Amino acid sequence: MPNQPDLQLWLILFFPLLGALINGTIGRRLSKGLISTIAIGSVALSFLWVARALSELGQLETPHIERYFTWISSGDLKIGFDLSIDRLSSIMLLVVTGVGTLIHVYAVGYMDHEEGFWRFFSYLNLFMFFMLILVLAQNFLLLFVGWEGVGLCSYLLIGFYFLEKYAGDAAKKAFIVNRVGDFGFSLAVLLMVVHFGSLDMTQVFAAAKKMPLEESGGVLTAIALLLVVGACGKSAQVPLYVWLPDAMAGPTPVSALIHAATMVTAGVYVVARSSEVFLKAPVAMDVVAVIGLVTAVVAALIGTAQNDIKKVFAYSTVSQLGFMFLGLGVGAFSAGIFHVVTHAFFKALLFLGAGSVIHALHGEQDLSNMGGLRSKIPITYWTLMIGAVAIAGVWPFAGFHSKDAILLAAHAHSPWMYWVGVVTAGLTAFYVFRAIFLCFFGTYRGKAHPHESPAIMYMPLVILALLSVAGGYLPVMEWLAPLYPAHEQPHDMTLILISVAFAFAGIFMAYYVYILNPGSADGYAKSLGGVYRAIAGKFFVDEAYDAAIVHPLEQGSRTVLMNGFEEVIVEGGVNATVAVTRWGGGFLRLLQAGNIRSYAVYILLGAVIFLGVMATNGGAR
Amino acid sequence: MPQLNAVPMSWYLILSAILFSLGVAGFLFRRNIITVFMSIELMLNAVNLSFVAFSQHLRQVDGQIFTFFVMVVAAAEAAVGLAIILTVFKNRQTLSIDEVSSLKN
Amino acid sequence: MDLILFIIFATIAVACGISLVVQKHPIGSALSLIGVMGSLAVLYLLLGAEFIAAVQLIVYAGAIMVLFVFVIMLLNAGEETIKGRSWPSRLLGIPLLTVFLGLLAYLLQRMGPSMGTVTFGAFNVGAKEIGRSLFNHYLLPFEVTSVLVLIAILGAIVLARKEIDKCLN
Repeated sequence: MPNQPDLQLWLILFFPLLGALINGTIGRRLSKGLISTIAIGSVALSFLWVARALSELGQLETPHIERYFTWISSGDLKIGFDLSIDRLSSIMLLVVTGVGTLIHVYAVGYMDHEEGFWRFFSYLNLFMFFMLILVLAQNFLLLFVGWEGVGLCSYLLIGFYFLEKYAGDAAKKAFIVNRVGDFGFSLAVLLMVVHFGSLDMTQVFAAAKKMPLEESGGVLTAIALLLVVGACGKSAQVPLYVWLPDAMAGPTPVSALIHAATMVTAGVYVVARSSEVFLKAPVAMDVVAVIGLVTAVVAALIGTAQNDIKKVFAYSTVSQLGFMFLGLGVGAFSAGIFHVVTHAFFKALLFLGAGSVIHALHGEQDLSNMGGLRSKIPITYWTLMIGAVAIAGVWPFAGFHSKDAILLAAHAHSPWMYWVGVVTAGLTAFYVFRAIFLCFFGTYRGKAHPHESPAIMYMPLVILALLSVAGGYLPVMEWLAPLYPAHEQPHDMTLILISVAFAFAGIFMAYYVYILNPGSADGYAKSLGGVYRAIAGKFFVDEAYDAAIVHPLEQGSRTVLMNGFEEVIVEGGVNATVAVTRWGGGFLRLLQAGNIRSYAVYILLGAVIFLGVMATNGGAR
Repeated sequence: MPQLNAVPMSWYLILSAILFSLGVAGFLFRRNIITVFMSIELMLNAVNLSFVAFSQHLRQVDGQIFTFFVMVVAAAEAAVGLAIILTVFKNRQTLSIDEVSSLKN
Repeated sequence: MDLILFIIFATIAVACGISLVVQKHPIGSALSLIGVMGSLAVLYLLLGAEFIAAVQLIVYAGAIMVLFVFVIMLLNAGEETIKGRSWPSRLLGIPLLTVFLGLLAYLLQRMGPSMGTVTFGAFNVGAKEIGRSLFNHYLLPFEVTSVLVLIAILGAIVLARKEIDKCLN
């Protein structure tokens, strides 16, 4: 039953959509200032409307649902356009609109010299629209609309520089890999329809909660696992993470917004939302945890050997998403969401900072051509440093609180998970600081003339830096506590100290290798030999996919479909039709003798036939 | 001895059929355009006879109205057709329909 | 009496018709056609169609055939020459014509007996009846036909104009 007061939640969606439409249709003719105002304004309005809605809703013990119209009514299945806010989605809304606004502001500065300014902001607003649909959706089908929509916008934005082949390829890769995940998601939705007869989240979760464990095992596990498949695609977990590093082909604000702060957290959001289903499917939970852990480790390892600053952060995102999945898998849903929030802050900061560096160096992204930028771009340096410390998990910065919540929960579930997680945290610190040191310390190895970014770019950095420092103290977990079963983990000081120690160890190792002994990195790499080559080659996952899936598909398509079906059947059919028609026409052409008398004969023939028919049918009465 | 005052209806129709077939024969077998045209007029006349006969038989005036229209149309057609024949003759100097066959093949 | 008149004029009509088809010179065909029309006019009178008979003689025989004769004179059409191919008409024409006639005969013979006879004076239609019908029931076709005649006039003028221009220049 819809609640009062009616908060017009649809407006949250409407503002970005309006911005996208205006910029998309007439943006070409508008001035940059106007385009930026529309784009930033629409997202800011969304943010303000969210704030207003939340202030009016107060405590939100029960979800506030608004039903607008019936979208599908087929037999017993009724799906409406329903939006809802509850405690979980309120957090996501604030993050999406808030960080989104900051990134829009930054992008105005970053994209200033780019072609297609209006197109970029139209796509960016469209993305916000779909992401907000995803977050606000009250039923799974509407969520899927948003899910697919953000996939589309991701494709559009990754391939923004569509004149470059690698950008188009990266966009296609992202979309296709996501599709695999979407397939799993669709199957989950279908199972829900079959089993629960409805896609409305309140109904599904209530039904799931009531099911006893023995009976629920099969169906709910199936649904949960399929949702996980979808989440792996969207949130770049093993084995569907391969699109995220390539997605760095898009402009940096895109990487920050979509592939750090918002879209990739959609998978985490869905799993957290469906906690009722997952809690009844322990197998699925374990799968989630293991996938998360494996992803975290593998991505962290690959990240240590990357030379492109954006790729380092991309693998970092994959790794941190793995942490979130780990948190969800061990039952600490609120911890996972908490990490989503803090990650949004410091990862957006890191990406935007990287963008600032790239902007300063006029497009240089390779770490080996950077160095010593500390003095040249100080604001970028300090904000990035804060971001790095936050992600490394040093107290009292944001990352520490959320990561430790996850690690403690992991320990309570299975100690080995904690240990692997802690080592990964150390690796995280290592690769992040490696990037920082290579970029800002030492001597400058490049050829450009670095200059600080304009205020419109560094202001969001500063704000995000402040959030990365203080964000850990946001009462996210307390706010979410009523939604999830009380997860009182003992405040084990030993474990916390161990994790901080690993963080510092990571930082120190990076310091040792890159500052104290510059140039020694290559020596270490050689001594690790094959292991290093495997890491540097990203464990050859892309190559494996290429050989196992892409290449056979291409070959099969070429031989069977193109040479076989297309040429023989389709073209042959068309050609045969043409030949028959031509022959028939040639034959009929002979009738056109041009001779009047033969025409007369034909008319007479017609008359005779007519009379004959009349005679045989009884004639005239 | 058949009544001398009554003509069987079918006789009129047979006459009409004979005249019509004569017209068709003329149309098929003559080479001169004008003769062909006149054969067409003969056909029209035959049909007129048929119409009037039925009008009498069914005691309705509509048949004769139709005859009236046929005659008007025949007049119009004759005018235009002869004008065309004149033009064709001017261009090709021949009145044989076998020779105006540029639509051939 | 009717019967005899019918037989006489029917014979004349058929004879003229055959003559039309057989004559070598177009003017002969034209005169035969006039003969056909005349006999048909008498037959119309026998059928009680006074107005139509008069119109037949005045318009058809008197105007249209005169037009034909004029054109034949103008073109100085001579006797028909033998040359020219005509494969379909020779080959198919005769059999088709026979079949056609045969079918007609069959059909007529089937429905012949049921039709009864026609007596002179049984149903006379004069100008009054035709006029009444024409201007009440068939008003639209009447008006349309007048437009048709107008178009025919225009067409004939356009087609013949070039000759007039050439003559004048």
